[in-house]
Amino acid sequence: MTGAVVTVAGLAVDLGGREVLHDVDLAVRAGETVGLIGPNGAGKTTLLRAVLGLVPAAHGTVTVAGGEIGYVPQRHEFAWDFPTSVRGAVLSGRVHHRRWLRGASTEDRAAVAAALERVDMTALADRPVGELSGGQRQRVLVARALVVAPRLLLLDEPFTGLDVPTQDLLGELLTRLRAEGHAVVVTTHDLAAAAELCTRLCLLNRTVIADGPPADLEDPEIWLRAFGVTRVRGLR
Amino acid sequence: MTVLDVLLGPWEFDFWRRALLVGLLSGVICGLVGCHVVLRGMAFIGDAVAHSVFPGVAVAFVLGFDLVVGGAVAGLATAVLVAVFAQHRRLREDAVIGVFFAAAFGLGIVVLSAAPGYSGSLESFLFGSILGISDADVLGVAGLGALILLVALALHPRLVAVGLDRETARAIGLPVFGLDIALYVLVTLAIVMSLQAVGNVLVLALLITPAAAARLLTDRLESMMLLAPAIGAGSAVVGLYLSYAFDLAAGGLIVLVVTAVFLTCWVAAPRHGLVARRRTSRPSPKEGLHP
Repeated sequence: MTGAVVTVAGLAVDLGGREVLHDVDLAVRAGETVGLIGPNGAGKTTLLRAVLGLVPAAHGTVTVAGGEIGYVPQRHEFAWDFPTSVRGAVLSGRVHHRRWLRGASTEDRAAVAAALERVDMTALADRPVGELSGGQRQRVLVARALVVAPRLLLLDEPFTGLDVPTQDLLGELLTRLRAEGHAVVVTTHDLAAAAELCTRLCLLNRTVIADGPPADLEDPEIWLRAFGVTRVRGLR
Repeated sequence: MTVLDVLLGPWEFDFWRRALLVGLLSGVICGLVGCHVVLRGMAFIGDAVAHSVFPGVAVAFVLGFDLVVGGAVAGLATAVLVAVFAQHRRLREDAVIGVFFAAAFGLGIVVLSAAPGYSGSLESFLFGSILGISDADVLGVAGLGALILLVALALHPRLVAVGLDRETARAIGLPVFGLDIALYVLVTLAIVMSLQAVGNVLVLALLITPAAAARLLTDRLESMMLLAPAIGAGSAVVGLYLSYAFDLAAGGLIVLVVTAVFLTCWVAAPRHGLVARRRTSRPSPKEGLHP
């Protein structure tokens, strides 16, 4: 696909001798929000990790077109009991730009301020991360990903454990980022939220079962194959 | 003996000035490195390295090498072995650490028992000999301390990023395994430089306790990394004075003082102490009316 920010072609990934993904093809362009949907163990997180270069491809290729990737891991990956402020947590996303034995540069500080502004956390910049709510924590992780000005944003289960108003706020934020020209990939179990938020859904179960706009994926047969179930709640 | 006698009396002795300097330096460096150890929940690996330094010191003693070099080599070897063996899926890191530090300590005792007149030197390895430090030792400790400080400062932002979130640190291209090894090296060197102050068994107190106390006092990493060295160094000085005043073991007193500081913080820290938590867990009527 031309103009794709990330292109996955014929990807297979083995973990510990077990084939987790095979023959995965996926391309995501700027201005798209792609929802990766699938049951537990379908390989959603593994696909994100393959795009990040954290797991090697057994076959196939992952091509990321220029620039850095903004990664928003599952919230439990972050040590929330660490004595750091919101600002410090976001700044840590730029640590690979830091010079040895130098403090944060003017550019670093400007990027942090801009990222906090985008996720509406400027007022809480000095608060210890341990005192934040789940939704605020999620926004901190998004800000940390934005701080390198990525074209591609990968979010792993960002809606899990958030109440509905907080999910809505996060959804609005992701829609805004997409409108600004980011390519957004989000894994989720929440089919209703995904159908509403995403411009495309990618049903994954070891490989891509279906890929298209939510309206094109109403055939129950597809969902049956992806989830191995007969009824899908949350999607008409 | 007046208070002034106690405070000024020991300054006439060279050994006292050397002890004070080594105690201060050990307290500062261990406090600083200990912050990372406490925040990552890796106190047990500090323990492992402390014990595994012992066979290195023993072998160096028997063969007539520099004790610091011997200890550092053995500590690093253990740290790397733990890091490598912990990659195995079936074993958790704590089990691997348990295996290696006991083995290292056993090796140290066997090597020392082969040397004539070992019991005296065994005691000084285990419990420190801060009042019997030479000028050369002081120089060694100061040089090592400066090196640790420089490396710790240089790596600080990256060590923090790995401590916050290993997965994302990997994703942005940090060499996470290398930084882990670097931290183990820093822990090993901090332990080796502090052996003479408090000895092999008690060195863990200088590494862990000041950082743990500092964590109770603040939610800011920068403050924690200033408070922990201050607590460690202050405790070393107070412990030495108590040792002089009451003629009791210096290493043990330093550890008891730093423990007393920790317990005081546990009870009375401004936001996270026992008293403060009691107070905030009982909401005032006004807060109850306006949730």
